[in-house]
Amino acid sequence: MASPSPAAKTERLLNLVICLLYTRQPLAKTRIRDAVPQYGEAASDEAFDRMFERDKDELRELGIPLRMEPLDAFFDDETGYRIDRREYALPELSFEPDEFAVLGLASRTWQQASLAGAAATALRKLEAADVERDLNSLVGLEPRVNTTEPSFNTVKDAVLRRQAISFSYRKAGGDSAPRRLQPWGVANWHGRWYVTGFDLDREAPRVFRLGRIDGTVKRLGKPGSYDVPADHDPVSMIDGTESTPPAEAVVLVHEGAGNTLRRRARGAEAAGSDTRLVVDYTDTGAFADEIAGFGPAVRVVSPPELVEQVVCRLRGALDRNGDA
Amino acid sequence: MATHESATARLGRLLTMVPWLVNRQGIDIAEAAQELGVTTEQVEADLALLFVCGTPGHMPDDLIEAEWEQGRVFLRNADTIARPLRLGLDEATALIVGLRALAAVPGLDERDAVDRALAKLVEAAGDSGAASDRVRIALESEVPSDTLATMRAAVAGHKRLHLRYVVPSRDETTERDVDPMRVVSLDGNWYLEGWCHRATDVRLFRLDRVASVEVLDVDGTPPTDARPRDLGSALFTPGPDDLTAVIELRPDAGWVIDYYPVDTVERGDDGTLRASFRTADLRWLRQLMWRLGDSARVLEPTALRAEVAEGARAALAAYDT
Repeated sequence: MASPSPAAKTERLLNLVICLLYTRQPLAKTRIRDAVPQYGEAASDEAFDRMFERDKDELRELGIPLRMEPLDAFFDDETGYRIDRREYALPELSFEPDEFAVLGLASRTWQQASLAGAAATALRKLEAADVERDLNSLVGLEPRVNTTEPSFNTVKDAVLRRQAISFSYRKAGGDSAPRRLQPWGVANWHGRWYVTGFDLDREAPRVFRLGRIDGTVKRLGKPGSYDVPADHDPVSMIDGTESTPPAEAVVLVHEGAGNTLRRRARGAEAAGSDTRLVVDYTDTGAFADEIAGFGPAVRVVSPPELVEQVVCRLRGALDRNGDA
Repeated sequence: MATHESATARLGRLLTMVPWLVNRQGIDIAEAAQELGVTTEQVEADLALLFVCGTPGHMPDDLIEAEWEQGRVFLRNADTIARPLRLGLDEATALIVGLRALAAVPGLDERDAVDRALAKLVEAAGDSGAASDRVRIALESEVPSDTLATMRAAVAGHKRLHLRYVVPSRDETTERDVDPMRVVSLDGNWYLEGWCHRATDVRLFRLDRVASVEVLDVDGTPPTDARPRDLGSALFTPGPDDLTAVIELRPDAGWVIDYYPVDTVERGDDGTLRASFRTADLRWLRQLMWRLGDSARVLEPTALRAEVAEGARAALAAYDT
């Protein structure tokens, strides 16, 4: 039999959903075959069985709670099917106009990201029965998040379903190594996505940056196969791993230069035509990058390890570009 | 969207659309399409499909009644599917995580509404609500809450702002008048987007680079043709008069092509990259070259390479004394 058009399949699935919601008693497969006209086109019993099995799976994937119950309380030899209306339907919720306004804003957080469709659908479901919206509040504020990391969807699903994963992880140096993780949480921190969890090889909690995951993420084992510590807070774990207490640098900036440093400086005093600034920093490498970027306009006085790293960058730049 | 939508995905969409339309009898079909995020033709095709579906028996009385000939949509006899399906895991997660991120925005006046909406949603979502707690967005909170509040008030009240703003790529602090359009958080930073009178164009200003802000007692309605940028694309778009620069990057500097607006990239056998950039201003590239040290070399223009070398030499001289 030629496979029916997508529209015909949607029609069949919709009639199946309506039929199973409509019935109060579980329906036997044969009754369903009669009740849904598109099943009449099945060439044989086997073709119908295969079609019905697939359809059941697809309804479950959509989150439709399909119940299988014995047709007769005394004999459990034949299964009947139905969808419980209360289990199916979104509970009656009533939101105030200002609550809808913040829900709308929350859904737009994902506008450029992988959950954009899910967020829009959720909002449509919630506002199905509420026509009134307060469009005037919350003017001008738009939190946005991107999910440019290719691994985001798989990792997010694994976190939500508590399913272990394996992936290849690139270290800062550039080498990749395989890792196995029971993911606990996924969080966007300073604009980047991180996954927290229990590293199965190192047998300890670890944090990974999604941007450093190479290739595909594989699922290991079944969903729900481990517990997440009850007090787990991914953001504070990432914060604790990724941040270090600040150190203090003294730098000299030329007149009119070092504007980002001046904004952050704790102290500033004139030193000839230059200005002497005291600036806090946490990551020596990143701060050396920033200072080297000013070229001759900014000079580090202390600490020595920062001086060393800045000089190393400038010397490298001179070596590679100084042959002109 | 119809071309890529699977039969199952369409079913999911229909089950969401039906309750929405049932509660909006007589809605204009174009308006419905816009709100549902599909074309008018798609809505018509969906209604035509619903029209032939219904409860067992499929006699005329059993079928869904859909009517849209006069440009207004009426949907009746769809009681079985008149309530939306429960929120799926992703759906509940998207909204709950978004609300929690909002709740943490410094100085948000609507905090109370966020908390109420969140409580209702978490209860309705059941297990999904608990799982979604493991997905978090930590919006940057290092911006002073009064700066955020001042800017939001200016957007709402259409007031012009005067900014002292640091431009790191040119290492300058600039003064400018801006007609504010919106305040957005993107990739971990908060931005003010508005019509900049100095650039006579729409600009994004990172709030952590605003040295000071003053609300002027002047109408700050942006020009009617000022359009917010599409934040899905890169924040940087090249112009027609841009210069081209070509940089050779060693593998450890490969991240550059993910963070800067490259035009083309060629990958060598040894892992080095040749990246070309189109830009109106080469100053930021000079900065980038200094920080990349021996991981990068300017191939073109040679004048830029000479500037990088000269600047590095001058900077090193200060350390040798």
